Amino acid sequence: MQLTGDRFTSVSAQYGNDLATLPEYPAEIRAPAGTLAGVSAFQVQLSDHDITTPGDAPNVLVAMNPAALKASLSVLEAGGTLIVNEDTFDDRNLAKAGYATSPLEDDSLRGYNLYRVPMTRITKEVCAVLGVKPRDADRSKNFFALGLISWMYTRPVQPTIDWISSRFRNNELVCTANTAAFKAGHAFGETAELFDFIYEIKPARLAPGTYTNISGNTALSWGLVAAGQLAKLPLFLGSYPITPASDILHELSKLKQFGVRTFQAEDEIAAAGSAVGAAYGGHIGLTTTSGPGVALKGETIGLAVSLELPMVVIDIQRGGPSTGLPTKTEQADLLMAMYGRHGESPLPIVAAYSSSQCFDAAIEAVRIAVKYRTPVMLLSDGYLANGTEPWKLPDLDSLPDISVSFATEPNHVNEDGVASFWPYLRDENLARPWAVPGTPGLMHRIGGIEKEDGTGNISYDPANHEFMVRMRAERIARIADDIPEVEVEGDLDADVLVIGWGSTWGAIGTACARVRAEGGKVANAHLTHLNPFARNLGEILRSFKTVLVPEMNLGQLSRLIRAEYLVDAQSISKIMGQPFTAAELAEHVRGALA
Amino acid sequence: MTDLSVTTPKDWATDQEVRWCPGCGDYSILTAMRMLMPDLGVRREDTVFVSGIGCAARFPYYMNTYGVHGIHGRAPAIATGLALARPDLHIWVVGGDGDMLSIGGNHLIHALRRNVNLKILMFNNMIYGLTKGQYSPTSEVGKVTKSTPMGSIDQPFNPLSLAIGAEATFVARTHDMDREHMMAMFRQAHAHKGAAFVEVLQNCNVFNDGAWETITKKAARDEMLIRLEHGKSIRFGVDNEKGVVVGGDGQARIVEVADVGEAAILVHDEHRDDPALAFMLSRLSSSPFTPTPVGVFRNVQRTEYAEAVSGQLAAAQAKSGPGDLGALLRSGPTWTVE
Repeated sequence: MQLTGDRFTSVSAQYGNDLATLPEYPAEIRAPAGTLAGVSAFQVQLSDHDITTPGDAPNVLVAMNPAALKASLSVLEAGGTLIVNEDTFDDRNLAKAGYATSPLEDDSLRGYNLYRVPMTRITKEVCAVLGVKPRDADRSKNFFALGLISWMYTRPVQPTIDWISSRFRNNELVCTANTAAFKAGHAFGETAELFDFIYEIKPARLAPGTYTNISGNTALSWGLVAAGQLAKLPLFLGSYPITPASDILHELSKLKQFGVRTFQAEDEIAAAGSAVGAAYGGHIGLTTTSGPGVALKGETIGLAVSLELPMVVIDIQRGGPSTGLPTKTEQADLLMAMYGRHGESPLPIVAAYSSSQCFDAAIEAVRIAVKYRTPVMLLSDGYLANGTEPWKLPDLDSLPDISVSFATEPNHVNEDGVASFWPYLRDENLARPWAVPGTPGLMHRIGGIEKEDGTGNISYDPANHEFMVRMRAERIARIADDIPEVEVEGDLDADVLVIGWGSTWGAIGTACARVRAEGGKVANAHLTHLNPFARNLGEILRSFKTVLVPEMNLGQLSRLIRAEYLVDAQSISKIMGQPFTAAELAEHVRGALA
Repeated sequence: MTDLSVTTPKDWATDQEVRWCPGCGDYSILTAMRMLMPDLGVRREDTVFVSGIGCAARFPYYMNTYGVHGIHGRAPAIATGLALARPDLHIWVVGGDGDMLSIGGNHLIHALRRNVNLKILMFNNMIYGLTKGQYSPTSEVGKVTKSTPMGSIDQPFNPLSLAIGAEATFVARTHDMDREHMMAMFRQAHAHKGAAFVEVLQNCNVFNDGAWETITKKAARDEMLIRLEHGKSIRFGVDNEKGVVVGGDGQARIVEVADVGEAAILVHDEHRDDPALAFMLSRLSSSPFTPTPVGVFRNVQRTEYAEAVSGQLAAAQAKSGPGDLGALLRSGPTWTVE
């Protein structure tokens, strides 16, 4: 189902629609078919104008079996089009899905435009004449559905047929069966006269440029590669497989021609440790993971805070705690990113807000890391990671130069007049020198034990410890001078401000625009930097009577804002493993305006 | 650039006061390392000591090279990242038995099986020193410590058996009472291309004083240390009257040479690809109360990890040229909006 969803998305993107997707699949690899737990779904919104969410309630739902119907019917809009594969509605499948009677027979679907299509039967029939066994043919029924939907949405046929040929080129029988099923589905739509309408979505009027359809994890991987080039430093990724972050490891492992070293470590801790070691050696040390992995890396991140070495920790958040909902999205790691370490160990936090923007967020995280010699937390989530959207390719010449220099010379003269190297002397950004092994005359030892200011020697001196703790905090706080101010969209004189971070960006923006279109006055803003906050944030927050903070957690940013600015920020929570819909948020905004 | 020929042990020492307890075995290991370094033909700036946590892990502060004092158990992981990023460096990893075998056991075995070019020195004093005297993963059963008032019930690790089982390509043992032997072992570890594991029997004179004395004190060495030398019969004793044979059951055992004849005595072959011989020798002793082999148990060649990583990078670049970011961004389907 994910494959057919991807295919439909891809052909729509090339056709020029704007789009946003929401893939949803079970944590199990081969979850039992026909059960609620085994339902794999793919939601896509297509548009002839600029959109930022996968939509609220879909207009059309294709249910391949009773379990899929049961799991997804609630999202379909009232009166929406419901297409079911009627061949799967037998007693066994109905029982597996927990239906006492068939919903196709008991009138429970009367609020929808129900179309019963014998997808399995037709697929088997068209495949039988090609010599495909019924059991193999059964696997091609998703392509029948793809063909049918392609017809409904007037998608071009040839790109998908070409894609099937290429994708399944190593198995001629599967290739033939899938092509036949796809064509049969398309022909069914054209000839069965079952549907009284088709959807025609014209290409969106997007800004001129070259586009590609991209997922958050791919954009993030490419952003890291770009950052390496902009910093003129090699990338080193230490990583341990974890959903939904593994695709970054996969993508970067394919990019060795860029000089990217990927290391699949024995565990999360070693993944982080190897990144610290590589950073000491002069590489950009990266480690990718999800929430449970960040917890394991905590001690090592603390070491990087103490060593003051550049490193980027990438957290693709998922539902927690513990294993939680590995394939579902959540934003509940913000406080862990902020505070989840021992001792006073502040670090900068950058959050991506859309799938394609993961590219820029990755560059920004690396920029801060190398300039200030600090571990940086880069937050994304399962929704951004797996969701896709069209991305206007950036002009590479417009990307910032983020290169820094290694130390090459002694930076101190001892009392005896001999030049020496002090690893904890600071530059104008309070960053210490990055002196890499191999540099003559700059040999130095660094470690996790508290260091004396300047010399970096072990020091247990009480006043020195307080000085160093405050220095580390000040160094991070001052980054506020070096990040963009928050921009407010909409009605600056409104009473209500909706402010968010991360993947809620699309839903917040759409919801607020909808309310404004209805005549409501509302402003919205989005944070790309969670630590430090932008310089103007306090002023903005205080200029609104009501501040709403939608988050896929129990109110983490709202807590940070309340603590930092003494503003009565109100949390809007959703923790269902799914993103907010614009409709839900618009309802909250209307409530606040009432 | 430093002239290789002029360094002395003093050049390899830092100005930092060494803070081990007076009488600690670590001092003699440090001295052996500082004395060896000028002979190795390497520059100080190309040498890095990486450590975890524990008494032994303070080692980097005392060597005038680059150094990272990391976190407990993680030194092999940190060093692996450094070795992959910088295959040009000479990297030593130093830790104790708790650091390497308990909290860091996982990283140790993976660094060994990957054959990362790290020289890993494990100072084994069979006790936790820095945390003041708890039993360690090498403490003997029955060991009474603060955390085992009725005696330890844990089966200890045999560190060399573990290293050999973890596919290590270089495995050796030495002890802190014999500087020449330590230097010889460190020298061979340095010369080995790949991961080298050296267990150094070390005395903790505060929490486990004399633990190795039964085998390492001068008067006991002839009887209790079995010196392994490549290509030579494995014999020991005041008059070399004892030797090691492999019986029909495949077990190595100690015999009187006179009883079996010189020809029956096992000839040591550290280069043997099959690890069974080295493993058998590692099983000869699991405590300081029986004759214990010292020297190089195993020394074989296998592809070094960082070299393999660099090789794949070079192969990828040879195949598709250096990475082109613009082309990467256009590697999927694209379309143009006018």
